[in-house]
Amino acid sequence: MSVLALIRDHNTILPLFLHIAGAMVLVGALALAGVYLIASWRSGSVALLRSAYMALFYAALPGYVVFRIGAAWIADKEGLTDVSNVTWLDIGYTVSDFGALLLIISLVIGGISVRRMNRGETPSPVAARIVTGLVSLVLIAYLVAVWAMTTKPT
Amino acid sequence: MYHALLFFHVLTAFLLGAAVVMFSSFVLGGPINRPSKLVAEILWGVGGVGTLVFGVWLALNRPEYEICDGWIIAALVLWIVANGAGARASRDLQPSADGSAITVDRRAAFAHWMRVLWVVLLLLDMVWKPGA
Repeated sequence: MSVLALIRDHNTILPLFLHIAGAMVLVGALALAGVYLIASWRSGSVALLRSAYMALFYAALPGYVVFRIGAAWIADKEGLTDVSNVTWLDIGYTVSDFGALLLIISLVIGGISVRRMNRGETPSPVAARIVTGLVSLVLIAYLVAVWAMTTKPT
Repeated sequence: MYHALLFFHVLTAFLLGAAVVMFSSFVLGGPINRPSKLVAEILWGVGGVGTLVFGVWLALNRPEYEICDGWIIAALVLWIVANGAGARASRDLQPSADGSAITVDRRAAFAHWMRVLWVVLLLLDMVWKPGA
């Protein structure tokens, strides 16, 4: 983390802190949801499935919002909003937007499953597997983003 | 070399953060079964060792940083207290037989939230680098 703060301007401390803290919560919530989802496949536990979707809604979504606000704030402070053809920035935005799309799809599928559970119906195991795949894909994409943010390829 | 060290330092910091989120879920009443506890412990362990090793390596690798800089000493102290609190919390957070949520006693919850506080301060120290 040391050099994420190569941006030495003290005005960027708070946005950078929010950016990284939000990203950590997002990654942690995705990992937690993934573990719960895989465990629910094996045990058929509805409680685990519900907890996985709750982790996405109550932790991953707010984490994403804070992470993205931090990113936009830093970009504004550093005058990066109008910069084009900066590879690491392009990777960051692409991964972030792609991750948001997959997170929204996961939340919609999860929301439908939770509604079914609340009605006393059996949740779809296919939906759980799709969300597990999406969550895994987002985690891999964020690994690439961490690489891009730290090595800043040009 | 520098970029590889930085990447692994940040990556392991993310593992540490992910572990904190997972343990927070357990303390807040999320189900705790053996696989989820194991994954959280692995993330905490690998993240803890990784941030320390790659962080110290980075400090030795970069001429602008010294291992005895105030913010690096502060980070090492915070790392130690976070691990102390984490060990205490982990010992008391044992999975239930059926993988459901468990009742967390107040001391374990306190130890966990202290771990969260230390990790947040550690992150703030890394971003701010007071005195650097």
